[in-house]
Amino acid sequence: MVTTFLFGLIALIMVLAALVAVTNRNLVRATMGLVLVLFGNAVLFVLLEAYFLAMAQIIIYIGAIAILIVFAIMLTRHVGEDWGPAFHRAWPWALVIAGGLGGALLFWMVRWPGGENTPAGQVDPNYVQALGQALVNPQGYVVPFEVASVLLLAALIGAIYVAWGGRRVKGPYPQRAEGGER
Amino acid sequence: MVPLGAYLLLSAVLFTLGAFGALARKSAVAILIGLELMFNAALLNAVAFWRYLHPQGFEGTVFAIVILAVAAAEVAVGLALFIAVYRRFGTADADDIALLRG
Amino acid sequence: MGAFLRDPSVLVEWLRALLMGWGLSAGLTELVLYLLGGFALATGPMLWVIFLIWFERKAVARFQDRLGPNRVGKFGLLQPFADVLKLMTKEDIIPEGADKPLYWAAPILSVAGVLLLWPAIPLGLGIGGNLNVGVLYLIAAGTLGIFAILLAGWSSNNKYALLAAFRTVAQLVSYEVPMVLVLLLPVLLARSLNLQDIVQAQDVWFVVYVPLAALIFLIVSIAEVGRTPFDLLEAESEIIAGFHIEYSGMKFAMFFAGEFLHAFTIGILTAVFFLGGWRGPGADIYPVLGILYLWLKGFLVYFVVVWIRATHPRIRIDHMLNFSWKFLTPLALALVTVGAVLDKVVVDWGVWPRALAHLASNVVVALVTLQLVRAWARRLPRPKVGEPRPVARPQPQTQPQPASGD
Repeated sequence: MVTTFLFGLIALIMVLAALVAVTNRNLVRATMGLVLVLFGNAVLFVLLEAYFLAMAQIIIYIGAIAILIVFAIMLTRHVGEDWGPAFHRAWPWALVIAGGLGGALLFWMVRWPGGENTPAGQVDPNYVQALGQALVNPQGYVVPFEVASVLLLAALIGAIYVAWGGRRVKGPYPQRAEGGER
Repeated sequence: MVPLGAYLLLSAVLFTLGAFGALARKSAVAILIGLELMFNAALLNAVAFWRYLHPQGFEGTVFAIVILAVAAAEVAVGLALFIAVYRRFGTADADDIALLRG
Repeated sequence: MGAFLRDPSVLVEWLRALLMGWGLSAGLTELVLYLLGGFALATGPMLWVIFLIWFERKAVARFQDRLGPNRVGKFGLLQPFADVLKLMTKEDIIPEGADKPLYWAAPILSVAGVLLLWPAIPLGLGIGGNLNVGVLYLIAAGTLGIFAILLAGWSSNNKYALLAAFRTVAQLVSYEVPMVLVLLLPVLLARSLNLQDIVQAQDVWFVVYVPLAALIFLIVSIAEVGRTPFDLLEAESEIIAGFHIEYSGMKFAMFFAGEFLHAFTIGILTAVFFLGGWRGPGADIYPVLGILYLWLKGFLVYFVVVWIRATHPRIRIDHMLNFSWKFLTPLALALVTVGAVLDKVVVDWGVWPRALAHLASNVVVALVTLQLVRAWARRLPRPKVGEPRPVARPQPQTQPQPASGD
């Protein structure tokens, strides 16, 4: 009863926040909408008893990715500058395509017989410990774990190189003075 | 109890909104925000399936962790590209980066 | 009363019986009890901040050989009330062009990020937080505070506030990495992410096992709070008071109180992780004693934090970031590696032999680090500024000089 009410409330907040995230021309407000969706997602994970994933969601998504997005926005505009229109000229086509995608999803979802399911069993109270063991078990999930680590390393190196600019490219953006940090 | 279908419906709605955002927006960062919404919808889907169908297994959680890692990597590289593009072109609009246009 | 001292859940049962006796249904009673608990947890620490403000001003003053506030009330005890009254009656100035929803939300989020740390802290046997992912929860609550600072800097419509917010976030994010790494050591020794388990595993305090990790955690936490010597970001002489420059009145009071509470909270957290938490003589029979012990230990660490604040000069931003990335992170990684390998080897030994083995490994790591730092410091280029001159001993006479030497 409490869970149903809570789920309904969180779902409503998430959908409204997602609407703000995709329609607001002020990019910082759009990011705040995204942060609300991410936080709502974490709350839903707690409702689904996936506690480790809920905390990982907050730490990684809100604590790193959302901050990165806000940094990128703030570094590439001047304070007080107008944000410009939110959508480009062909946005009704986007509405059609996204609507079609959503419609197809709903169509096949309604036909799936398992939608009425209630949870199949209990989650082990020591799930986090067991997950830790499984992630490093050679017969377990050590391969995806290591692959994800290598992927993150590659992304790290790539992002540093791309954003550093191996050679300073001349462009309309004014270059910072050499050696200065402020 | 909340039926599984409710989570799937919410996930589908978020995915659609994210797809609309990724397709209709002008600024590159806004497109990235739409992509992140889609990732989160998929993540919610994965965790809901894990809880309702196989709560004793680890596949769902490992899948979700890999989705998280991939999303983080993608955002990092995407934003690095965005900053490099901004330096080169002076603008962040996806419409104006049109060097390849015929 | 004796029953309450022995088992505080008696209070909850009494409240529940009272509420149901008034006619509330079971679900509503639960909701009201949860709300009451949340309210108590949110208000208690904020009331304690009043005392903390007075204590800090008095302590810093005494360190600086002056008296501190002593006019308002005996020993200046009413000074925080005077401060709050002043801040409440200040004019609420909102800069033109500020993003109003974000501008109002930032101080609230900042205080929320600190108050959210409290539900995870175990206050006694059976009281307080018992989250099975407690350590991760602490880190997650910390990231909310970081977000609030970014919002504050951006929504002030002031490019200096924005710059200061960038620097603050860079510092906070950089110091999060050693914090997560060093927190792995108590988790390793207690085999659980649950803070209550970490406290209960401390038959011997973890500060004896891993004193270097405790030191690193203290340093990193001071940096996370933004206190001297890491308070470049909000000191008045640097970028005009930092990200909260455009905030006045009660909104500034929220940032201010939040920072003090954060400093005390890291004292409590250091006590939980390394000083045995609520453990002490008699705390397992009378859980309320546990709260007292935890508070005392936390206050002791808070005093050390104030002490450091009163004695150390500020660190420059690039030194600060270098310190985190190039010194603390590799050191924390080395500590975790050594600790993990050693723990696998000594897992069957008794409590004290294990503790001493870990202590020995920490001492070895510390000595090796000191040697490496010394070698690196020797290689630094040092410009020669002059010859050493003996001031008391007269020089051997090589040229005729007046009798009064140097």
